[in-house]
Amino acid sequence: MKILVCITHVPDTTSKITFSENNTKLNKDGLQFVIGPYDDYALARAVEIKDALGGTVTALNVGLAETEATIRKALAIGADDAIRINAEPTDAYFVASQIAAIAQKENYDLILMGRESSDYNGGQVHGMVGEMLGIPSLSPVMKLDIEGNTAKMAREIEGGKEYLEASLPLVLGCQEPIAEWKIPNMRGIMSARKKPLQVVEPSSDETLTIGQNYEMPAPKGACKMIDADNAASLVELLRSEAKVL
Amino acid sequence: MSVLVFIESADGEFRGTSLEAVAYGAALAKAQGSNATALVLGNTVDASKLPNVGNYGVSKVLHVNDDRLDNGIIQAYAQVVAQAMEKEGANTLVLAKSSLGDAVSARVAAKMKAALASNVTELPDLNAGFTVKRSVYTGKAFQITELKSENKILALKKNAITPEVTDATAEVEAFSPSLSDADFGVSITKTDKITGEILLPEADLVVSGGRGLKAAENWGIIEDLAKALNAATGCSKPVSDMDWRPHHEHVGQTGVKVSPQLYVAVGISGAIQHLAGVSSSKCIVVINKDPEAPFFKAADYGIVGDAFEILPKITEAVKALK
Ligand SMILES: Cc1cc2nc3c(=O)[nH]c(=O)nc-3n(C[C@H](O)[C@H](O)[C@H](O)COP(=O)(O)OP(=O)(O)OC[C@H]3O[C@@H](n4cnc5c(N)ncnc54)[C@H](O)[C@@H]3O)c2cc1C
Ligand SMILES: Nc1ncnc2c1ncn2[C@@H]1O[C@H](COP(=O)(O)O)[C@@H](O)[C@H]1O
Repeated sequence: MKILVCITHVPDTTSKITFSENNTKLNKDGLQFVIGPYDDYALARAVEIKDALGGTVTALNVGLAETEATIRKALAIGADDAIRINAEPTDAYFVASQIAAIAQKENYDLILMGRESSDYNGGQVHGMVGEMLGIPSLSPVMKLDIEGNTAKMAREIEGGKEYLEASLPLVLGCQEPIAEWKIPNMRGIMSARKKPLQVVEPSSDETLTIGQNYEMPAPKGACKMIDADNAASLVELLRSEAKVL
Repeated sequence: MSVLVFIESADGEFRGTSLEAVAYGAALAKAQGSNATALVLGNTVDASKLPNVGNYGVSKVLHVNDDRLDNGIIQAYAQVVAQAMEKEGANTLVLAKSSLGDAVSARVAAKMKAALASNVTELPDLNAGFTVKRSVYTGKAFQITELKSENKILALKKNAITPEVTDATAEVEAFSPSLSDADFGVSITKTDKITGEILLPEADLVVSGGRGLKAAENWGIIEDLAKALNAATGCSKPVSDMDWRPHHEHVGQTGVKVSPQLYVAVGISGAIQHLAGVSSSKCIVVINKDPEAPFFKAADYGIVGDAFEILPKITEAVKALK
């Protein structure tokens, strides 16, 4: 089984987000960067499948040199080797084109991604890659088992789940509870240093969108406290003051 | 160049967020001096309801009468949407952000080389090119994004527009796209879906419970209030991790992002990952026994106290209102 896992390098979910240069750039000072939370699920499942069925797991990131610590973490968790495509991940179409160009050469059986990145939350890259490769794409996948050449999956839909089957190769956007997040152990961290991390230049430079600038949401007003003994009065406030009932 | 709107259904009805997308598509077309058409796939909604899509501002509905499309087969859907865009001469696709919508629109974007903006929160600014405002960093900020290519796709966050509903109806036109077996390479073997309940991503009112409720069997007080309000129920991640509630009810960064008028959080501490899912709620009520719970900082109304005493009183007051 030859598996590609695409990982993002994103601010830790507890980060406070601020911008610099006239609100055009994310202010990276003091931010802790991590593997995207959904990508972590994809990676964990990929390593489990490899452990059970044999094969290789390659981690891939489209990003500048700053992402290498994050890629090393994926190697420490259990990826065998890694590819960094040396470019700023400017838009989903650009990122998908880079991933598809690598996948066209390598013939992976499975390409696992996160359901969405936690910076742009687009949930787009997996579908684009599937279309570019002419193979099925599914997301969000919450259960994945491989039997021979068939993948048996559960996908979350609004209000429930659907169970699906398809032949490999496939591109999947993953989410919990597909696997438990894996924490790298000491041996993993040591061996990650020696695992190959190949840096390749982008195969195209086309983007279809441009991020111009950021805005922060309007600050929240103060919270109006209601006495517990008078809890029922909340309902009248919601009706006449907040006007939401 | 016109606008095509992709409509999803649930429980035999068009989804509310899809009807918002219709209103948005109609408003966009009007601003561009073009027209908008809606697209309905399969037969899960009774054909007699198709003209009613016109209530939201479009004059034409394309309908694909093919039972194979009753389930959301992503590749087949993307084929149909792309062919409908070509047939209508549409260069812009509008749809509601959803698990199916994301999967379909990404494939259409790659097929049509369309610039795709997701989580769009307002009508676009057409003054200098084509820019939209969209929510990024899980609701912590907005980005102004320019869509450069001729073809464009806008995936809307709930409440990107407040629809004006009229009694105008739309003309229904049958559309038969060409589909091959390869488009149905994925087979759905079983579907488990709640029916007759309000879907969380669509809900205008949500009552949500956290670990403070202590056990699955205590959910009655949440359900009673939700029922009295006609609200959907939600929960925090640990609650679904422990299987007190189904996974699709969990709200937050790794779960559903809701945009209701009212979000009532009961026994939820307000971790930043939970707040990521609720930050676009219009009004937030927090009920927590700990006055220091971080959720109060994000709330509009707060009550400090024991949920088991407070919630039944609120439920009674809601019932009295009706
Ligand atoms: C990468 C990542 C992603 C995550 N994604 C999500 C996500 O999407 N959604 C999510 O919810 N969490 C998410 N989490 C987990 C999150 O950090 C919190 O652990 C979680 O939200 C806490 O759930 P809780 O508020 O129900 O429980 P707790 O933090 O245990 O809070 C329980 C609250 O109940 C109150 N309480 C107790 N008894 C009563 C009573 N009788 N009456 C009233 N109040 C009472 C307590 O004062 C307390 O504030 C994520 C974490 C990580 C690391
Ligand atoms: N820069 C990137 N490098 C590698 N993989 C990425 C990158 N951006 C997105 N992905 C993958 O695509 C998934 C969906 O991202 P998005 O479409 O941005 O929400 C992510 O969870 C990753 O698995």
